[in-house]
Amino acid sequence: MKPSTVISLGLICLGAVIVMLPFVWMISVSLKTHSEIFTPDVTLLPRHPTLQNYWTTLTQTDIPVYLMNGVIVTIGILVLQLLVSVPCAYALAHRRFPGRALLFGAVVAALLVPFHVTAIPIFLGFSRMGLLNTYTGLVLPFIATAFGLFLLRQAFAQIPAELIDAARVDGMSEMGIAWRVAFPLGLPTVIAFAIFSVTAHWNDLFWPLIATTDPGLATPPRGILYFRDQESGDDIGPLMAGATLVTAPLVIAFLLAQRRFTEGLAGAGLKK
Amino acid sequence: MIGLRRLVTDLALAGPAALAMMLFIFLPVVVVVVLSFTDYQFGARSFDWVALDNYADLLGSRHGRNALINTLIYAAIVIPASVGLGLLVALGLHAIARTMPRVSAVLRAVYFLPVAATLVAMAVAWQMLLHPSLGLINQWLSALGLPGRQWLSDRGIVLYTLAAIGVWQSVGYNMVLFLAGLAAIPRSLYDAAAVDGAETGWDRFWIVTWPMLGPTTLFVMIVTCANAFRVFETVATMTGGGPAFASDTIVYALYREGFVYFKAGYASAITVVFFGALVILTAIQIVVVERRVHYR
Repeated sequence: MKPSTVISLGLICLGAVIVMLPFVWMISVSLKTHSEIFTPDVTLLPRHPTLQNYWTTLTQTDIPVYLMNGVIVTIGILVLQLLVSVPCAYALAHRRFPGRALLFGAVVAALLVPFHVTAIPIFLGFSRMGLLNTYTGLVLPFIATAFGLFLLRQAFAQIPAELIDAARVDGMSEMGIAWRVAFPLGLPTVIAFAIFSVTAHWNDLFWPLIATTDPGLATPPRGILYFRDQESGDDIGPLMAGATLVTAPLVIAFLLAQRRFTEGLAGAGLKK
Repeated sequence: MIGLRRLVTDLALAGPAALAMMLFIFLPVVVVVVLSFTDYQFGARSFDWVALDNYADLLGSRHGRNALINTLIYAAIVIPASVGLGLLVALGLHAIARTMPRVSAVLRAVYFLPVAATLVAMAVAWQMLLHPSLGLINQWLSALGLPGRQWLSDRGIVLYTLAAIGVWQSVGYNMVLFLAGLAAIPRSLYDAAAVDGAETGWDRFWIVTWPMLGPTTLFVMIVTCANAFRVFETVATMTGGGPAFASDTIVYALYREGFVYFKAGYASAITVVFFGALVILTAIQIVVVERRVHYR
């Protein structure tokens, strides 16, 4: 190896250590005993690792409720997004109808609008309709996904028109073609979008912070803040165990399916 | 009859998505612009038109300007640092990808980890890492004989601490985009540059890599910029905009004014300013893409 390669590799490894530091620290503190956390001489790794904090977190706090809410909300959002977007993306890609160009233009325009911009009016409407502090209120605003419509339309447009025509000749309904021809053929894009959607909504704090005040409905990020604000600075071990449990599902999924995750999360930039 | 049936089919396919976009994207954008000209408060029965008062408040008051300036400072640190570091890491990993594919893949995964991780949970971990007495950072500083800092409660430092965490979170994302850009550069260009006398890696970088990465770099900068303007999770988790508004940012101000103080009109004006900034950015992006087409 050339000296310059050694130096650059060394610097990149140093950077990697810094990137890992909060992860290592979070897991390390979650494995420490109460007395070890509060000693004056702090060490990076636990001297007497124990799973006690995880036991406490799972049995004496609401973290399991938050994790369950996270599953309900993210799956609810993803299923509704796909139910609404797959037929529309199919129609945009393979049907001619009045207003199609307008609709596609609307999708592209909607790509520009971050959720923060729509939050105040949606909050206003939901409070009138009594949808705040409900699962519906947490899920509903996200079923309109310009990003999903755009990605799926681009994927479905790759399907040869002859294939669609053949399905029509066979007597399949248009809705049937959308779900039984376009959907399976566009599956890689569906998966990339699913990873994007689940990650975005599992990690989202903004809307849950606004739309719920009931801790029983808190999603994982919201719940972690409830947990932290309740404890008086004494339950740092269980707090770190909770933070680890909240982060673990997506990080493990990422490590198992790195290529798909990278495509899903950075795909918008990779495909340009 | 056939026309009607077609219409029904089209409506069944595209109608729900069109309706959802109307209800949850376009209508709210119109409403938020209208609200920004009123003094409406959540829960109030009526409101008055106040023309541009909310905008005057935002741009004229100390708190309003403070949130805007903090966001600009934050972006001014995060954009160059995370784009620059993302590029450096990508160049390093690209160089060793052939000789040490395993090492390169592991490092790539490590750098991307913060992108997939739950930022709020990681912010809680950072808070613990930066804890004045129980945290590792101050402990290590004192081992080196350096004074510890109040990373999150010192008004002079807090914004930089948040910016450092913003860089930590986005380097991996930028690295992945740069790696894709590097992989797309044809090897023949490097050979041609070598024939023309570009002998050192430094020469090759400036003659081939940098110009070829131009479009990627601009794209990465715009994405990073848009994300930096949206900073919210770390502020909400670690500082609440404090101490004394030292880490207040535009989206956090939107949240606080709108949903803690229920000043819907004023918060709508913040939203419109925020949205306007993003639209200008995107307009720049379109111009850039346009240029890229000519460049090809």
